[in-house]
Amino acid sequence: MATRVLAPNTIGGGLPRIDGPLKVSGGATYASDHHLPGMLYAVPVCATIAKGKITSLDTSAAEKMPGIQSIFHRANIGRLYRTSPAQGIYGYLDERRPPFEDDTIRYYGQYVAVVVADTFEQAQAAAYAVKVTYSGEKPNVATHLKTDDEPKVESSRGKPEDAFKTAAVKVDETYWTPPETHNPIELHSIVAVWDGQAFTLYESTQGVVNQRIVMAQMLGVAPENVRVISRFLGSGFGGKLFVWPHSVMAAAAARSLNSPVKLVISRSMMFQNVGHRPRTQQRVRLGTTADGKLVSLQQDYLNHTSILDEYEETCGEATAYLYSTPNLKITSGVVHLNVGTPTAMRGPGAVPGLFAIESAMDELAVKLKMDPIELRLKNEPEKDESNGLPFSSRHLTECFKVGAEKFGWSQRTPEVGSMKKNGLILGWGTASCAWIGGRFAASATVDLKSDGTARVSCGTQDIGTGTYTILAQVLSEKTGIALDKIEVVLGDSSLPEGPISGGSLVTSSVIPAVSQAAQGAIQMIFMTATDGDQAAFAGRKPTDLAFTNQRVHLKDKAPETGFAWHEILQKANVNAASGSGRADEYFGGPEAKEKERYSVHSYGAQFAEVTWQPEIARLRVSRVVTVIDSGRIMNPKPARNQIEGAVVMGVGMALLEETKYEPRSGAPINNNLADYMVATNADTPSIDVTFLDYPDKVVNEFGARGVGEIGLAGIAAAITSAVYHATGVRVRSLPARIEDLIGHSEAGKLRA
Amino acid sequence: METFKYTRADSAAQAVQLAGQSQTAQQGAQVRFVAGGTTLLDLMKLNVERPATVVDINRLPLDKIEKLPDGGLKIGALIRNSDLAHDPTIQSHYAVLSQALLSGASPQLRNMGTTSGNLLQRTRCPYFRSTAFACNKREPGSGCSAIDGENRTLAILGTSQHCIATNPSDMNVALTALEATIHIQGTKGERDVSIQDFFLLPGSTPQKENVLEPGDLITYVTLPASRPGAKSVYLKLRDRASYEFALSSAAVVVEVADGHIRHARVALGGVGTKPWRSVEAEKALEGKTVDPRVFREVSEAALRDAKPQSQNGFKVELAKRCLTHALTLATKSA
Repeated sequence: MATRVLAPNTIGGGLPRIDGPLKVSGGATYASDHHLPGMLYAVPVCATIAKGKITSLDTSAAEKMPGIQSIFHRANIGRLYRTSPAQGIYGYLDERRPPFEDDTIRYYGQYVAVVVADTFEQAQAAAYAVKVTYSGEKPNVATHLKTDDEPKVESSRGKPEDAFKTAAVKVDETYWTPPETHNPIELHSIVAVWDGQAFTLYESTQGVVNQRIVMAQMLGVAPENVRVISRFLGSGFGGKLFVWPHSVMAAAAARSLNSPVKLVISRSMMFQNVGHRPRTQQRVRLGTTADGKLVSLQQDYLNHTSILDEYEETCGEATAYLYSTPNLKITSGVVHLNVGTPTAMRGPGAVPGLFAIESAMDELAVKLKMDPIELRLKNEPEKDESNGLPFSSRHLTECFKVGAEKFGWSQRTPEVGSMKKNGLILGWGTASCAWIGGRFAASATVDLKSDGTARVSCGTQDIGTGTYTILAQVLSEKTGIALDKIEVVLGDSSLPEGPISGGSLVTSSVIPAVSQAAQGAIQMIFMTATDGDQAAFAGRKPTDLAFTNQRVHLKDKAPETGFAWHEILQKANVNAASGSGRADEYFGGPEAKEKERYSVHSYGAQFAEVTWQPEIARLRVSRVVTVIDSGRIMNPKPARNQIEGAVVMGVGMALLEETKYEPRSGAPINNNLADYMVATNADTPSIDVTFLDYPDKVVNEFGARGVGEIGLAGIAAAITSAVYHATGVRVRSLPARIEDLIGHSEAGKLRA
Repeated sequence: METFKYTRADSAAQAVQLAGQSQTAQQGAQVRFVAGGTTLLDLMKLNVERPATVVDINRLPLDKIEKLPDGGLKIGALIRNSDLAHDPTIQSHYAVLSQALLSGASPQLRNMGTTSGNLLQRTRCPYFRSTAFACNKREPGSGCSAIDGENRTLAILGTSQHCIATNPSDMNVALTALEATIHIQGTKGERDVSIQDFFLLPGSTPQKENVLEPGDLITYVTLPASRPGAKSVYLKLRDRASYEFALSSAAVVVEVADGHIRHARVALGGVGTKPWRSVEAEKALEGKTVDPRVFREVSEAALRDAKPQSQNGFKVELAKRCLTHALTLATKSA
């Protein structure tokens, strides 16, 4: 493990977020904080069936209510378009049907109309007064997933079926993860402004550039006539990556009424209209030799999706490269249900996938009577066996060793219920975690200004993870300019195209772009310094100059002999020296350029302790140790914040979270923050986070890979393995609930 | 939410007079009192409650805790739940009530919620809270969606074929074990009702949750003198560690002498359509030795009439463990 002591304002130091003061003082402007003259309020009307047709829609009573400007629906919203097929990450959305495209209802809560009024209260009251009749059918919201479609092969090597048949020790189990709702505290919101030709959209989005492209297509305007602004986000967890229908409705209403329109969806709509993590059902078959060497690994998974869209929860994402086995097969399939379209939720694919794989590994360890860490170390691969490529930087073994030491794993006795502390039964569990590494394409500009300040801008956004701070750090590192002299501008689609805040990839993606832009700006200063007779270094060439500690000087002379960079600009009466940078996307793998073909991933080890009181059926997570191998950590403060938050979310995933679709109506019935349970502060265990901090120079010059999602991977399996260790109950269907632990499992499930 | 008239009552008499114009004091009341608003405003936003008039009673002088000559305690209707929970007399002599209050909701909600408001707290049954579903409590005669639906958190005691909604309050369970009396000022004068009689079983009229008539204003709650030597405990079991209604809870008041139980009061929460006094458990405890096996038998007796639904069968076992453990805790040092 690398240890370094650093000043807080350099890379790897613990710089506090530069946007912190704005946020804690209420000065940060979120989408719904925009108040414009003449602004109207929109409230959607949601279907109260999940399958069927609208037979009538009567707005007459609602229209007569006070303050009503208009009620839009299929007949009067105007033309809204589908997007053309997406190219890469731009132009993409999960729910492709524009609002009100037909009269068919395919999920509960689907928008059927939207009321626009002078005040929110008026719009809300009128929304209740819109009378809609339906011819409804029984929806399909099955919790047991079935399909007749041929499974899609995601990865395959060797002969896994044959090897499984003859394996000495086998596990063959099916695991379920429930639908989960993102539930960031900031609701999805938009303030849409139409000026007669162009839209300005203040949005709560994780991707201003993509939002601009998609909105332009759906509204039928030129891309340059849409500007999307999202300066701050009250988080998104993936739910705000892509466009959802409410944005299109609000923008169409603003255009039609020629007034700014604000639309903030309600908490109940968060459960039905803006995506969710779909249910997954995964059969895992593991076969080993008598001493625990994997000979076969098979994962066959299904996830639900909506009627119209093909969202795949890629549960095999981490499976093919995690362990060494000569025989492997991963297959997938989707099942179309009467639910809203699913979307990415923190660690999509790998998070539910690793719950299944790592649970199965724990079951295997029990069968083998082998320590679960030993089993994993025994199956550590030399290279990525899915494609034969070397790992760019993989230290999973060290993660386990460091974590085991910190957790005190050597004290573990494997028998169920054998460990006690203060009258409580303890359970200890562990799991591997992994997540993608790489970069999205990104562009950035850097302006070095004559007043001695600098500005760095990029059309990405800070979703609460620390992106503002990271960009300032990179520019400061490259130029020596103090952080308080650096302005970071993000969250505006008119800036140079930046990445979506997804995949934990923003940090790794922006580093080369910002670095290159800084070099460009410095080059521009060199040119200014040598341009003309009055220049600071008249008669010299730009290549004669160097930039050291913010001073521009001749390469062969000391920095003190030169000028401060802003003096050069002042002398030349130039306001700013600008540079731009751009880096292409990079994910390693066989598709990369020949010398860049690596298996690029982050890794980690999760350790969880639960306490169990059978006399009152009380199970709590008491302690978590997480060791993360995620490349160089640019700033441990927000990085630790990410992992700790993910662990808390993992407690919710393991023990609490489940969106329940009512089988008769198809309604998400627990559609509020009291009934949909997430972990509270009181449920938060003691959390010990360690970063191994090995730079992965394949990704960028600092070797940073990003840490937003990996903390949630593996944690649920570590917790349910601890639950098994404490109680003897193996929970294969999340969340693990009281009824599962006291032998009443089936009674508590809402089965459809 | 629909447009409503807001007025502020300057006196209890005026409040009673204003509310007396309502046709019912139960579900669908045209006039509603508002105190902390933590239930009423929530339900108004959901269009479940649609009063034409809301009478603010927050300025009425009902915010005191007074000791009574007989050693009992008089608790004003407008005492905030936080203040009640932290009152020194409540903490020392009625620990079960303080514990119950502090186990409920969140600090913010407890700072707003009042004694009378908590008494009238409405069920969290999801079908009651959404106008998209049939619910006999909300719309009499429309049917019960919960019986064949999502009923994990709903009641197993006191249910009927018309309603299985749980009374969600923690405070009410403690007050039931403490044998509280509810004092009501109405259009025909004042009256006292024991908490046991205050709440009604759903039967065929689940929309009628208590004995309140139009105009009735809860003014205060009285507790009898605490028994010297008695120990009380509130134990609440739930999925997560805070901010969740009870899946099962137990309020017990137990007096032990010479290793035997001399006096016991038992109420269960999270399992009944009303705060559930278990006379069966109390009788079964009388004179028994302090022994976990006895407590388990007592718990079996308390749940003998339990009628689980499709998803909440586990609550029968959970309630038994809850009561057994609460009795164990209450008799521990004795």
